[in-house]
Amino acid sequence: MAERVLACAPCHGAQGEGTRDPYFPRLAGKPSGYLYNQLIAFRNGRRRYPPMNYLLAFLPPEYLKEMADYFASLNPPLPPPSVPAVAEDALNAGRTLVTQGDATRSIPACTSCHGPNLTGMEPGIPGLLGLRPNYISAQLGAWRYGTRTALSPDCMQVVAGHLTEADVTAIAAWLSSRPAPAERRSVPQGTYALPFACGSQPQ
Amino acid sequence: MTGLRHLALRVAGVIAATLLAGVAGAQTNGAPKPDAAILAKGEYLARAGDCIACHTAPEGRTFAGGRPMPTPFGTLFTSNITPDPETGIGRWTADQFYQMMHTGRSPDGGLLYPAMPFGSYTKVTRADSDAIYAFLMSVPAIRQPNRPHDLKFPYNNRQLILGWRTLFFREGEFKPDPSQSAEWNRGAYLVEGLGHCGMCHTPINALGGNTESQAFQGGLIPMQNWYAPSLTSNREAGVGDWTIEEISDLLRTGVSKRGAVYGPMAEVTYNSLQYLTAEDTRAMAVYLKSLGQETPPPAVSSVPGSESSLLLSLGKTVYDQHCAACHGAQGQGKPPHYPPLADNQSIQMSSAVNAIRMVLNGGYPPGTAGNPRPYGMPPFAQTLSDNEVAAVVTYIRTSWGNRGAAVAAAEANQLRSAPLD
Repeated sequence: MAERVLACAPCHGAQGEGTRDPYFPRLAGKPSGYLYNQLIAFRNGRRRYPPMNYLLAFLPPEYLKEMADYFASLNPPLPPPSVPAVAEDALNAGRTLVTQGDATRSIPACTSCHGPNLTGMEPGIPGLLGLRPNYISAQLGAWRYGTRTALSPDCMQVVAGHLTEADVTAIAAWLSSRPAPAERRSVPQGTYALPFACGSQPQ
Repeated sequence: MTGLRHLALRVAGVIAATLLAGVAGAQTNGAPKPDAAILAKGEYLARAGDCIACHTAPEGRTFAGGRPMPTPFGTLFTSNITPDPETGIGRWTADQFYQMMHTGRSPDGGLLYPAMPFGSYTKVTRADSDAIYAFLMSVPAIRQPNRPHDLKFPYNNRQLILGWRTLFFREGEFKPDPSQSAEWNRGAYLVEGLGHCGMCHTPINALGGNTESQAFQGGLIPMQNWYAPSLTSNREAGVGDWTIEEISDLLRTGVSKRGAVYGPMAEVTYNSLQYLTAEDTRAMAVYLKSLGQETPPPAVSSVPGSESSLLLSLGKTVYDQHCAACHGAQGQGKPPHYPPLADNQSIQMSSAVNAIRMVLNGGYPPGTAGNPRPYGMPPFAQTLSDNEVAAVVTYIRTSWGNRGAAVAAAEANQLRSAPLD
């Protein structure tokens, strides 16, 4: 399989570990269902990034599932945490939003869906570690503006809609500064209950 | 799967027929219900004509139209060809459908824009047109109004199509050539008719027309910036010296011992050709092989000699580092999954557009029944500079007996912004 997905390597790394370019995300160890949903979304043009849309346009779903399973099965080490480029209070605000949310603004804690260790849950919820701040803020921004969407109910769109730009910067800075946890893999489906329905996660 | 699918089609057909009977009254009342064999034939022919590719929008309902078609004259939106009576073709009769295929006029007499390949479909027989009609009438009706075209002045004036038709449209069903075999004629019928291969593989002039005298001579596809190689020149995609099996494999599975399909051709194999029978792709191969002709000598490089030799040494370095592992130190490839680059016509064509784009964008051949898990080429746009791209493409085009011309860094740079969809 490694040879069949060589086309992914220049941007995502041979092991799906990511590359120096901060906008190309790590794929390794993310839940297969999440990766598959993204591959289908790129293939169908729902998620827009022309080089990805082009590569996947004529690949059958069964094959994309195989690719998703393959990258989900890899477990290369996480990169060293980013050195935060924001002030101490922004970093603290980021930590609060990620671990506790802000009930007064209807913002749930990231950990309530992405897991106490932020490693995600099978099959559809991705881990949030090992990503660079630019990538995280670009994706949250895309959700806020509706250019990235997921299967309905699109909980991420609702959540991101409550975030300000300062929130996004703070969250991206704190998440990317986290060290690797002892167990990098996503937890099995049903390990914890989600606070609300999510179109990407069968419940 | 086919059993269930056909059952679903039959049921949908009954529903559509009932709807039609209610709306269109006398037109369909009492018309005999098409039998399963006709529907299956119609479905097959609709595949051969690749109706689905244009008449289905991304993530849209099948055959409900709405796919944007960018052209140099503005954007066209494809039409709903489901049997919905209000927004689709549910009120059309088989006569009107044939009329549209054959003459490029809709039932109200309106002229179709030639993005609809009626210049090719005019060759389709009445019986085949009727089968496609019966099949389309049997698919689920989708209520989805057609989106108005967005054409620039003066192209938004449909009367201009009259002029285009006078210049470029020749009406008439396919006439078999009695001096050729039945297989050759079947291939010619599919290539020139439903396959509408000439839409891309015949040069398109500034008026957006194909000229018959230049049939299948190749050309740059407007808006897409892919070069559709000549099917007549053995130096391009002319397959005069390929075996029938190699041609048929390429069409039907997307890969062959001689090369793989890529760019817009991947879509054709994915949506259409992989569904054809081996007999039909073989017939197309027989016809295509007969088109291959001896051709003029190769193009001469526009890059000065001294610059060329620098390009070549850089090119070899890049090749050995990034390409040789799959395509072989001598460009021999590992067919069918890693195409050979030595003696590969699509590398040596006078237009270097496709070779440059493959290096920049990479690509997967289509996943087909015959090749469901294709190997892919990595994109190098992020890793290689314009100079390196030009160097490696020049090296590939001039090594191992290849006789293509050198390319300049500016050409690579230009193609970085070529559209990917």
